[in-house]
Amino acid sequence: MSSTIQPNAGIMDRIVYDDDIVKMFLVATIFWGAAAFVVGLLAALQLAFWPANLELEWLTFGRIRPLHTNAAIFAFGGNIIFAGIYHSTQRLLKTRNFSDFLSKFHFWGWQLIIVGALITLPLGYTMSKEYAELEWPIDIAIAVVWVVFAVNFFGTIAVRRVKHLYVAIWFYIATIVTVALLHIVNSIEIPVALFKSYPVYAGVQDALVQWWYGHNAVAFFLTTPFLGLMYYYVPKAANRPIYSYKLSVIHFWSLVFIYIWAGPHHLLNTALPDWAQTVGMVFSIMLWAPSWGGMINGLLTLRGAWHKLRTDPIIKFLAVAITFYGMSTFEGPLLSIKSVSSLAHYTDWIIGHVHGGTLGWNGFITFGIIYYMVPKLWNTKMHSERLMNWHFWIGFLGILLYYISMWASGITQGLMWQAISENGQLVYPDFVETVMRIAPLYWVRFVGGSLFLIGFLFLIYNVWVTIKHAPKKEKESYVKVSPLKADVTAIGSGHRKLEALSLVFTVILFISVLVGSVIEILPTLSIYKYLPSSEKTEPYTPLELAGRDIYIKEGCYVCHSQMIRKLPFDVLRYGPSSTIAESMYDRPFQWGSKRTGPDLARVGGKYPDMWHVRHMINPREITPRSIMPSYPWLAAKKIDYHILRKKFSVMKMLGVPYDDEEVANADINAEKEAARIYEELLSQDKSLESVKDTEIIALISYLQCLGKKSSNEGVTQ
Amino acid sequence: MNIIFLTLGVSIAIALIFLSAFIWATKKGQYDDLTTPSQRMLLDDYETTETKKDEKEEQVK
Repeated sequence: MSSTIQPNAGIMDRIVYDDDIVKMFLVATIFWGAAAFVVGLLAALQLAFWPANLELEWLTFGRIRPLHTNAAIFAFGGNIIFAGIYHSTQRLLKTRNFSDFLSKFHFWGWQLIIVGALITLPLGYTMSKEYAELEWPIDIAIAVVWVVFAVNFFGTIAVRRVKHLYVAIWFYIATIVTVALLHIVNSIEIPVALFKSYPVYAGVQDALVQWWYGHNAVAFFLTTPFLGLMYYYVPKAANRPIYSYKLSVIHFWSLVFIYIWAGPHHLLNTALPDWAQTVGMVFSIMLWAPSWGGMINGLLTLRGAWHKLRTDPIIKFLAVAITFYGMSTFEGPLLSIKSVSSLAHYTDWIIGHVHGGTLGWNGFITFGIIYYMVPKLWNTKMHSERLMNWHFWIGFLGILLYYISMWASGITQGLMWQAISENGQLVYPDFVETVMRIAPLYWVRFVGGSLFLIGFLFLIYNVWVTIKHAPKKEKESYVKVSPLKADVTAIGSGHRKLEALSLVFTVILFISVLVGSVIEILPTLSIYKYLPSSEKTEPYTPLELAGRDIYIKEGCYVCHSQMIRKLPFDVLRYGPSSTIAESMYDRPFQWGSKRTGPDLARVGGKYPDMWHVRHMINPREITPRSIMPSYPWLAAKKIDYHILRKKFSVMKMLGVPYDDEEVANADINAEKEAARIYEELLSQDKSLESVKDTEIIALISYLQCLGKKSSNEGVTQ
Repeated sequence: MNIIFLTLGVSIAIALIFLSAFIWATKKGQYDDLTTPSQRMLLDDYETTETKKDEKEEQVK
């Protein structure tokens, strides 16, 4: 803290805002933004042209799709949130950030986490829980850095010089508190190795916790902080007060109360109990009102300033961002209606919806904020307004191409999956047929993404030249602010400090109490007391478990679901709908969220082992027009038998009914199983000698058991 | 589905945090004035660099 509180009225406090930290986060935003967009583009290209993975396992879709989402949300999104929060909070509260050390710790800690993700995800270290893929050491680092951020932020609130907390601050508070809880609850896992762990939740429970987290990651990482930024930067950029301050307060409170309940809309028509689905659906529809409250408030702030849309590129970015926010938050509740979801779920419509929100809302508001902040921070003007306009139009066109192509693709494929002929049969029984119909749209999406990236390159160049030519700072610039008036709060720095401490302590206390109670509750939660006793599920054999972990490592779940919904066309195509019991030992659950390829819940026994070997090494040998990448490395890398004992003992600890003998002999049993499959393959094709003990054997053993583990499958139909 | 008690519990806990924050805010008079905050945030800080005049002011303190 650079100054002390001066209670004497009339004398101004002189403070220096910490803008260095803002600059650091801003540069990091641009740097990681480029990385996130490039990786996204590479992933998009692979769907149109699979060899774009350069036939390297580290660059294959299943592994880089999580890298893209993590980089876009937590690296690009995260850094601009932190830049914006540190920049606006100091000015709104008229104080320097609580602690320079904590700010720096926050910055470097966060960048280190991103680098950790950048290394581990391509290597296949993943929890396979969407937007929470990172393994346990990184999860712990995230929790630590987030708490540091929280202490720094609440410390700043405690030493503020303005009594009133402007509405943006409230959005930041909601973000910080909720993300901490979501992250901790969803990431409770038991380590098996340095970068491998199993979640304490299994099957439907894991699914529910994951999507409770997943949806709120959208809510409290991509919505509330950005709304906070909107409430600061839109009025500032337009030089107009927010349209209705009252509305902002009302929509803030209603938003934070409703958002947390909407998660189950990601699991509509699945094995999740119906009542939970309905709760999720109802709350999702309710969300429409507070979301549009924010959208209307943001747009109408520009009342009387609409002419600036013609001339000021910053206003263009902000206005379009808010419009996309309105569109996404209209589309979201729509997609949460069960019948709409039955068409849209697992299709590209969802991908389009998400990118309308991320590219349009998060992306464009970020660009607007960058263009607003850079000249202010470096005390200069943007190098080229023309380039800003070019960025706007190219980026906008890119988003439109992306959004519209994904709508068309999603609805087309969804309708094809649903099509049932008069005699009750699927019109398009061959899955690949529905893929070929939409494949050209993957090229359109790639072009859209390229345009978005090209626009961003303009930003990078523009910002770089601006900073390079910025005047050298000769003297530290101060701002003069009036100290907190005596009547506002108790006089005396002692009391103020105490107040500050109590707030920090309350936060820490609350988090620790929560963690304690979670640990206490968890063991009871892992027991499946509610399952019908008629349905028995076998736990995985050692080789199946090894294969399952390879399935997770390669990111198969990114394109293949394992959840046959309670819908006629799903049942016709894939077999009886999935039950809760079938995934009761699944840690993590593999229900999936997208069907770029067909569902695999009942693929076991459908094809012979040899089919899988050929298909995995070159899918086009079996299905000529398949867009699935080839996985030749599976037939080269050896299975790690040794770790299976450890894996089994962790599973046993988590409540899977293995006996001690099974745990002790897990590796030996796996080797025996693998030898059986291998010899069977060898008897059919002598050239397959090299696949002995390779990962492909374990993966086949897993795939062949899917849908075969439950004793009365189909009876529930 | 016992997990519902955990997610419900945590969700309710979060709701309670927000509720107490809301009550705190209202009691502390955060929402007594819903007009000027939106205008006050528009005012830029009075920025200055170190000058002799400022030093004098420091001495007065």
